[in-house]
Amino acid sequence: MLSVEQFITLGAIMFCIGLFGALTKRNIIIVLVSVELMLNAVNINLLAFARYGLMPSMNGQIFTLFAMTIAAAELAVGLAILISLYRNRNTSDVRDQDLMKW
Amino acid sequence: MFSGIEFTGQNIAFFLISMFVIACGVMMLTLRKVLYMALSVGGVFIGVAGIYIMLEAEFLAFIQILLYAGAITIMMLFAIMLTRHDEVEKPQRVTAHPVWAAIGAIGIGAIILYVTKFAGLRWPSATDSPWEGQDNVKLIGESLFGQYVIPFELVSLVLIVALVGAVTLANKEEK
Repeated sequence: MLSVEQFITLGAIMFCIGLFGALTKRNIIIVLVSVELMLNAVNINLLAFARYGLMPSMNGQIFTLFAMTIAAAELAVGLAILISLYRNRNTSDVRDQDLMKW
Repeated sequence: MFSGIEFTGQNIAFFLISMFVIACGVMMLTLRKVLYMALSVGGVFIGVAGIYIMLEAEFLAFIQILLYAGAITIMMLFAIMLTRHDEVEKPQRVTAHPVWAAIGAIGIGAIILYVTKFAGLRWPSATDSPWEGQDNVKLIGESLFGQYVIPFELVSLVLIVALVGAVTLANKEEK
């Protein structure tokens, strides 16, 4: 039988890959993709506890549904910001976006 | 660490899918072309859909394939094509920044794995399916339009705000 531990381990590894990508990648789109990877890892944990947790229920699946919706909305706005940035500054490199850097 | 894992079909399927997911994630980190990175993330999303099916969330697995592997990956590719699509990331010089990022990521992963495996926590033992013979879509619908109807309506508000905001941001201003 599967257990919660396996899914948490997979979620932790995926979260770390996403975190490392978000911290080191140069292209803004890939940084956004890495954030999506981290959100997916969290969704796996929610579903694992909804199925194999102490009190299995549908609430975890509903939470995952909402998290996916908000993630899609966030990505749409993020890509719109990215296209606007590219139009204004002609670069998609994270290191060039230092307008608000202190 | 690996004691007590019997080789049932579920376990083998889980290991295969998670190997696929992790391999695609590592490919995303190591590949140099931005286009290939976005495509390998599509592989991660498809693998995660397989994990959802193992967790008996069939509806969410299909939503994952439709929304992430379909829509979001294609939207990423559109964004890459609209910006600089032939971009190749240069091999990173060994500076302090990626090293600190690696230390941070591995540290957080080590803490989570320690708490999961070795801190003496007892996880609830696996049970039989709590939704034996019930329709997953029906259960989600009953819950979504019963208990969670107000958050459901609020999400529609968030979506319309995000839609209008995205159009406004990406719209070219008239001179």
